[in-house]
Amino acid sequence: MKEEGKHGKANKFGMVIDLDKCTGCGSCMVACMSENNVSFKEDESDKRLSITWMKVYRITNGKKFPDAEECFLPRPCMHCEGEHSGHSPCVSVCPATATDYSTQTGIVSQIYTRCFGCRYCMAACPYHARHFNWWDPVWPEGMEKFLSPNVSPRMRGVVEKCSFCFHRYQLAKDKAYMDGRREIREEEYQTACTQACPAGAITFGDLNNKNHKVYKLVKPDNKHHGKPRNPHAFRLLERLKTNPKVYYLSSRDWVRAAGDNYTVEEKRKGITSGSGSGH
Amino acid sequence: MKIDRRCFLSLGIGAAAGTALSPLPWKLMDDSSIWSQMWPWTPVPEDGEYTYVDSVCSLCPGGCGISVRKVNDRAVKIEGTKDHPVNDGGICGLGVSGLQLLYGPTRVKSPMKRIGERGEGRWEKVSWEIAISAITRELKELRAAGKANTVGAITGSGRGTVPQMLKRFLTAYGSSNFFTTPTIQDVYAEAFKLMHGKDAVPGFDFEKSTFVLSFGSGLIDGWGSPVRMIRANSTWKDNGTTVVQVEPRLSNTAAKSDKWITIKPGTEGDLALGIAHVIIRESLNSKKFVDNHANGYLGAIDASGVFTQGFKELIMSSYGPDAVEMRTGVAGSDIVALAKEFATARRAVAVCGRGQGDNPADIKEVMAVHALNALVDSINQPGGVYTVKAPDYIKWADAEMDSVAGEGFAQERFSGITDGLNALFISGANPYYTMTDTTAVKKVLDQIPMIVSFSSFMDESAAQSDYILPDHTYLEGYRDVVAVNGLMRPVVSLAQPVVKPQFKSQSTGDVIIALANSLEGTVAKSFPWLNYQQCLKETLDSMGPEIQKNGFWVDKKAAAETGDKNFGTASGKFEFTAITDNTTPAESGGIPKLSSIELAGDKASYPLLLIPSDSLRLANDTIGNPPFMVKIVEDMILKGKSSFVEINPDTARKYDLKECSEAVITTPVGKATVMVHISESIMKDVVAMATGLGHTAHDKYLAGKGINVKSLIATVQDPLTGYDVAWGARAKLTKA
Repeated sequence: MKEEGKHGKANKFGMVIDLDKCTGCGSCMVACMSENNVSFKEDESDKRLSITWMKVYRITNGKKFPDAEECFLPRPCMHCEGEHSGHSPCVSVCPATATDYSTQTGIVSQIYTRCFGCRYCMAACPYHARHFNWWDPVWPEGMEKFLSPNVSPRMRGVVEKCSFCFHRYQLAKDKAYMDGRREIREEEYQTACTQACPAGAITFGDLNNKNHKVYKLVKPDNKHHGKPRNPHAFRLLERLKTNPKVYYLSSRDWVRAAGDNYTVEEKRKGITSGSGSGH
Repeated sequence: MKIDRRCFLSLGIGAAAGTALSPLPWKLMDDSSIWSQMWPWTPVPEDGEYTYVDSVCSLCPGGCGISVRKVNDRAVKIEGTKDHPVNDGGICGLGVSGLQLLYGPTRVKSPMKRIGERGEGRWEKVSWEIAISAITRELKELRAAGKANTVGAITGSGRGTVPQMLKRFLTAYGSSNFFTTPTIQDVYAEAFKLMHGKDAVPGFDFEKSTFVLSFGSGLIDGWGSPVRMIRANSTWKDNGTTVVQVEPRLSNTAAKSDKWITIKPGTEGDLALGIAHVIIRESLNSKKFVDNHANGYLGAIDASGVFTQGFKELIMSSYGPDAVEMRTGVAGSDIVALAKEFATARRAVAVCGRGQGDNPADIKEVMAVHALNALVDSINQPGGVYTVKAPDYIKWADAEMDSVAGEGFAQERFSGITDGLNALFISGANPYYTMTDTTAVKKVLDQIPMIVSFSSFMDESAAQSDYILPDHTYLEGYRDVVAVNGLMRPVVSLAQPVVKPQFKSQSTGDVIIALANSLEGTVAKSFPWLNYQQCLKETLDSMGPEIQKNGFWVDKKAAAETGDKNFGTASGKFEFTAITDNTTPAESGGIPKLSSIELAGDKASYPLLLIPSDSLRLANDTIGNPPFMVKIVEDMILKGKSSFVEINPDTARKYDLKECSEAVITTPVGKATVMVHISESIMKDVVAMATGLGHTAHDKYLAGKGINVKSLIATVQDPLTGYDVAWGARAKLTKA
């Protein structure tokens, strides 16, 4: 593409989350809220109305005591690429071009001032990664002091979601330009959740770059919509062909199987591997 | 033209259709929503110069390094310090939320004097001079009346210069009633005194272990130094270390473990000895250790010819897998398999302390678990547990004591916080919330005529006090922070001001000096420092330049050397006798009772067992959850204002309870209405309730939500240590 020529190689930023290591502590959720000026209300126990760009789900294997097992699954925005570049579920329905797919970074943007709150994207997103501001955010007196100038606080009536801490990309890019470099280094651009995770369960980097940890962990098959070649790696709802850029690692079969939905027929036949059957 | 009805209607319809078709109403609606969206109530954060300040988090005893991002003079984000020995860049949710405490509505903004009834919430802002002189007046009167010993203080761990200054203040004033808030670390220390003859705390070399056997410790739920433990867990995953979690409920720790062994709550010590039985029976124990370095392993005949049973005889005679299965509910075959795996692992370690280990446990249970480490020679061995000397850098000359101080100090120390106290200082503690049996605690505390809180925040204890002398938060002042919690190498860190004090708070160290100075005489003389900063600087100077340069100092020599078999006991050996002493013999065929610990209430009236469950998403200690943290509490823990109990479907059927229905939980000391969450992750007849809810103070984001599980639990005192060791409560559930 035109832009690629101008700014060097295109990146495809993605994330790998090791579910064997994730302890469900919720630090990533708080780090995200603090980094991105996410608002909070008096009662956040109605989780449908609770704005969490990063949300840690608790999933179970459905077995009876004492064979029950649980696993925690952090869910940021998947930054879906879709079957062809930019055919993300949300991007393709947005009438305002408030959300767009960047071929330069692989990041799905959200421009609050363009969003007029139709919420088509929320309906289209199969991952519940998008949240609507039903109310204007209110910070208790004094607490506006900790708001970061890097991310604009959102107003009532717009949709918001994880941006892979895009402002950190911009800062890293600025710094690289200042230093006379075209490329940013792997460690220069890391999301807030990656940085905070005490377990080191989250890895972030460029899926196009074979030297980056994310690439080494999942070995994405970039010719086939980034399908992971690591047998322990999977993506959520792979069969929808949303081509997400968030990968999960788990050594447990039931966890990998929980990454997708299956028909009764498939369940009967025991086809419950998360990798899907392709075309 | 005549306007008839028909014409009127068609005109009306035409107008309506015209308006609907015209863009005007839509345009107006659009404009008004855009316009009102642009109203300036959405703040625009001011941009400026970005800087980072490194400091240390003291919201829990973990001792994590923090790097705070600032924009001009505002702190905007707390991150973990890269390459810090405790957390290496990682940070927990509470640590990240620190700025909500710094800037939040719970701050006490100036010294306060109660004007209404206690706890009514009516305060008068007073100047520091007035507050200190009023408190001094009371203290002088008590001292003159010979009641110096009735002034007490309660703090958190008691480590660091501020708690030690408070202790010194009481000593110079004439009271020995300085109390700390004990945790499992203190029980370990007591156990080490008895078994090792050492004044030490435990240091677990978890990162090198190949097999971790945890008796209910929430290793990744906040036990020890929380971020360090989560990092250790990731190391275990990388290295293929086996983790076995013994617990009645599938905690996060159990969920991440390789094997979850379900056990009747309260019988963990018996299981440990059952495992010891199999290890000894199969000759899998370290022969070298029991032969050369242990006392009381085998029985002995004393001078008068009486045979005293040793550890081995006691274990072999009573703790067979079948008997232990009866007591604990753990299958005998599981016990055998577990024992073999534990004993044959290259570097195995056993650990205990339920949940986050905030509450002391029965010392016999701790010793039973620790005996496993002795049997497989994991003490002072890589991957095992080391005896660690807590940092001892506070080397002040003794406090000066006049005759009043001497007399007061010589009086018998109170057994704990009692109504015999005439004044109580609270610093770094929140007894109104954290102490077991909240209602009874409140009754006792309410009897104390003067309570002075040093809290930076309006917590439960501050809300019930007579004076609040607000301390700077950890982000506003200098202080030393000591982290020992299970660490092999304790870390002493120096917190430094990240931002200037936001309100009229003062460092507690300075306030103590001011109080001492206004008491004059030897009390004042005991505090020769100009101010707290000078005191802190002089104290830390003795540790070398490292701490003031890096902000932390790692005590690399604190742990015993690997292979150290020097025991400070009278026998010079590891004392198995500490376990076998004071054991109640078995009733026919059963297991002897290691200790006399029993929960309150009879089993017939209270057939269920209530256990508290700790989570890193709910701060349950002195600091309460800030709004971000309340936000991430799961909706099967808290919904609206109601907290949940977690029960097995079997229990639910028995008491006819449905998912999300209301129920009443009753224990011998309390009663509460709760919601029901039915789950396959908990044993039947066990009821779990999250800790950290049921606050009455703090802000609207936290107050009034859920039940404080501590209010349902009766205290149980361990006669050997004097600690409250209640791990739960007998309970019953009824439909609401």
